[in-house]
Amino acid sequence: MAQAKLFGSSIKRREDPRMITGRGVYTDDVKLPGQTYAVFVRSPHAHARVRRVDLSRAKGMPGVVAAYTGKDMAQGGVGPLPCGWLLPDLKIPEYRGVATDKVNFVGHAVAVVIGETPYAARDAADQVVVDYDVLPAVTDGEKAVQPGAPQIHDNAPGNVTFRWSIGDKDKTAAAIKGAARVVKQRLINHRLIPNAIEPRASMASYNSATGELTCWVTSQNPHVHRLLMAAFVLGMPEHKVRVIAGDVGGGFGSKIFLYPEEVTVSWASKQLGRPVKWTAERRESFVTDAHGRDHITEAEMAVDRDGKIVALRVHTNANLGAYLSTFAPLIPTFLYGPLLSGVYKIPQIYCEVIGSLTNTTPVDALRGAGRPEATYLVERMCDLTAKAIGMDVAEFRRRNFVPATEFPYQTPVAFQYDSGNYEPALDRALQMVGYRKFRADQEAARKQGRYLGIGFATYIEACGPAPSQVAGALGAQAGLWESAQVRVTPTGKITVFTGSHSHGQGHETTFAQLAADQLQVPFEDVEIVHGDTAAVPFGMGTYGSRSAAVGGSAIYSAVEKIKEKGKKIAAHLLEASEADIEYHEGKFGVRGSPGRVKTFGEVALMAYLAHNLPKGLEPGLEATSFWDPPNFVFPFGTHIAVVEVSAKTGKVKLVRYVAVDDVGNVINPMIVDGMVHGGIAHGVAQALYEYAAYDTNGQLQSGSMMDYALPKADDLVSYETDRTVTPSPVNPMGIKGAGETGTIASTAAVANAVMDALAPLGISHLDMPLTPARIWAAIQAKKH
Amino acid sequence: MGGPAVKIQLKVNGTAHTSEVEPRLLLVHYLRDVLNLTGTHVGCDTSQCGACTIMVNGRSTKACNLFAVQADGADILTIEGLAKDGKLHPIQEGFWEKHGLQCGFCTPGMIMTAYQLLQRHKKPSETEIRHFLEGNLCRCTGYHNIVKAIQYAAEKMA
Repeated sequence: MAQAKLFGSSIKRREDPRMITGRGVYTDDVKLPGQTYAVFVRSPHAHARVRRVDLSRAKGMPGVVAAYTGKDMAQGGVGPLPCGWLLPDLKIPEYRGVATDKVNFVGHAVAVVIGETPYAARDAADQVVVDYDVLPAVTDGEKAVQPGAPQIHDNAPGNVTFRWSIGDKDKTAAAIKGAARVVKQRLINHRLIPNAIEPRASMASYNSATGELTCWVTSQNPHVHRLLMAAFVLGMPEHKVRVIAGDVGGGFGSKIFLYPEEVTVSWASKQLGRPVKWTAERRESFVTDAHGRDHITEAEMAVDRDGKIVALRVHTNANLGAYLSTFAPLIPTFLYGPLLSGVYKIPQIYCEVIGSLTNTTPVDALRGAGRPEATYLVERMCDLTAKAIGMDVAEFRRRNFVPATEFPYQTPVAFQYDSGNYEPALDRALQMVGYRKFRADQEAARKQGRYLGIGFATYIEACGPAPSQVAGALGAQAGLWESAQVRVTPTGKITVFTGSHSHGQGHETTFAQLAADQLQVPFEDVEIVHGDTAAVPFGMGTYGSRSAAVGGSAIYSAVEKIKEKGKKIAAHLLEASEADIEYHEGKFGVRGSPGRVKTFGEVALMAYLAHNLPKGLEPGLEATSFWDPPNFVFPFGTHIAVVEVSAKTGKVKLVRYVAVDDVGNVINPMIVDGMVHGGIAHGVAQALYEYAAYDTNGQLQSGSMMDYALPKADDLVSYETDRTVTPSPVNPMGIKGAGETGTIASTAAVANAVMDALAPLGISHLDMPLTPARIWAAIQAKKH
Repeated sequence: MGGPAVKIQLKVNGTAHTSEVEPRLLLVHYLRDVLNLTGTHVGCDTSQCGACTIMVNGRSTKACNLFAVQADGADILTIEGLAKDGKLHPIQEGFWEKHGLQCGFCTPGMIMTAYQLLQRHKKPSETEIRHFLEGNLCRCTGYHNIVKAIQYAAEKMA
């Protein structure tokens, strides 16, 4: 049967027909009778006391249904937004999504106006009068923690929300002291804005007769949204709240978090007894979607005489913005420090992080979330160190790799790497790019005044954060398992309900491949349901490249339970011992007796007819699993960027991009390749284009798609990709994760390539984004 | 503020419509909210992202950049009108075959822009395709497979 090939096949996506014909249903497409529209009034100031919010003119406007201030909502029982990761001694500012008395970033809501039409609500919002006492603002993380900086929250003195460290400080200091060479560098990993192409949206409908709230949200994790909203903010019984996240137009992390807007429309719908919808305008997305990155780091890498790394010491200021977004404290700590070993054997690592609060939009997970920051640091330091000691950058990496014989490998910063074999990926990438020839071409080009550069990132990634017990000990207010329920119908068709959420990942295809392959039934016989708390078991959703490794394993486990129950029924029907039943090609058969078989469909039918079941066995054929992985999974690989920099204009041209990834076993290579492509684009864009620029008053200077340089098709190239396969022992299918690898690797690869190109001009480091202006200025500075 | 309603007549995907609209109603809102053609998406409001791209009188147009009243008398094609008699247009087929979409939100606009491109250039080079897509943003695919999808369609339509 051909079914055995489903796992590992590039099957076309079953999501696509609706999306290519305009029949997808995204949150803003949902329409309900009597629906109203919310428009938020937002602070134009980064830091101000709110003296007065006057809604009277707005309420008198035609088509206005209601208008509320933050105080109205607080008095109406709406609580502050919770933080879901509690580090020791964490200072948590109270986050009123619609401000009551003080605004702390540009875009912070101060009122909401609800209208019969979006246009009426917009008109009325313009008539809300707010009196502000403007206060001095601070936007830079380092400046915020200096004495004398404007204080943002009373309960976070010095604007410090946490101090965190990992590794052995004294041993690291000793190793650095005794090293042959120490390379120091200050690195700025600048702030990014997620910019999923679908703006966030939510639509809430409260039914006063049933007491039920149905809320459509652009969410990566509808159950998490329901839990946080019901239990922590609205004080509603959780089982009376239904959250639906149907088609979601990209997330990249930004749709994980609980935001003020879904809370507000839910509360307002209950007040009004009418559905309330809000859809972000792009300018709102820029100032309200949680931002990413924003680290200022001092790093030191120490090596011995053979070019072996002996220590890495890191001090980072992580700017978390004005409030702690849902998982903000996790990102620059446990998703950052433990990644600092990279793919290298580094005996001593010490990392300390100060979490700073500033008058900027809150910062949280953005594609990669902590891991791109760590990888950029490690990979830049590798290049700087290799160049300082006169060693080839590829050779330096190879020399420091964790050897393939040492897995599972315990790093000095908590992680135990599951499996790895780093040299084959490097070798393949070097071969694909033609490394030796490139170096010769580069030399020849330099003589003609052309500056070519090559940059490496031999990265590691940690996907599928786990296990729940450890996460709990480290501050998580959530588990990190995933759920799946498999229901078989009497005709032998299968519906899989997954707690994972797809917002571009293609789960409806890959999960069906997985289950159909395991049951050896046709792909068409398996349907995947996700994104509705009324349909699927409590699920944790999709982030951290966890869906296949964790959500897929939950499906695998539930399908195994189906097979086990099927074996009991088949054994009974075939009058054989259960131990003699084997499942093969979609049939239960008796070992050694070909022809004595019951098909999957026959067993399913009997499970529901229940006319002839083993004594004591319940009718029906369905199973639920909650898979709690024992560890993260650790994909890795080598990415190589080739660039040419114009010394005249400073412009960087991306010439080639080679990526060899090892994400373990792959369900659908086409889909994995697609995610790698998108990830590369995102990371290249950080290196070269994207930049969330705040002025000192806290105004976002790059607050529109005209000012913020999202990469376009002609800013990028076609990527050259390949894979090595090192299965993970952590889950039954040997899967790692693929959603973020591209982003994690590519920023460092491109930055290293640009620096390689600029090396003959005496430039060893520039901070990103590597814009023409920045490069041109650096070249000019070297000339004079 | 909205002025008195204005009567417009236009053809969308071959069907004639007569509506009374506020003069300030954007064409994209008219399509989505009045005609319930929600395949055309709004991604940025400011004409950068291209998710709202449709054909107006044979020219690819960002529907967030036009008032509905400006489309009075126009012949409009949206993503919903591209497949004929249940058969996908070769561009739609290309996006499906070559995995030219992930979250699907930019896709209708991408497809409509590609539709215009392939009307103007029968066999565009990769560089020409990339250049022509400058008004359409995608955050998922890194554009790699969008280029492949359009090349597939060009072959198919040749």
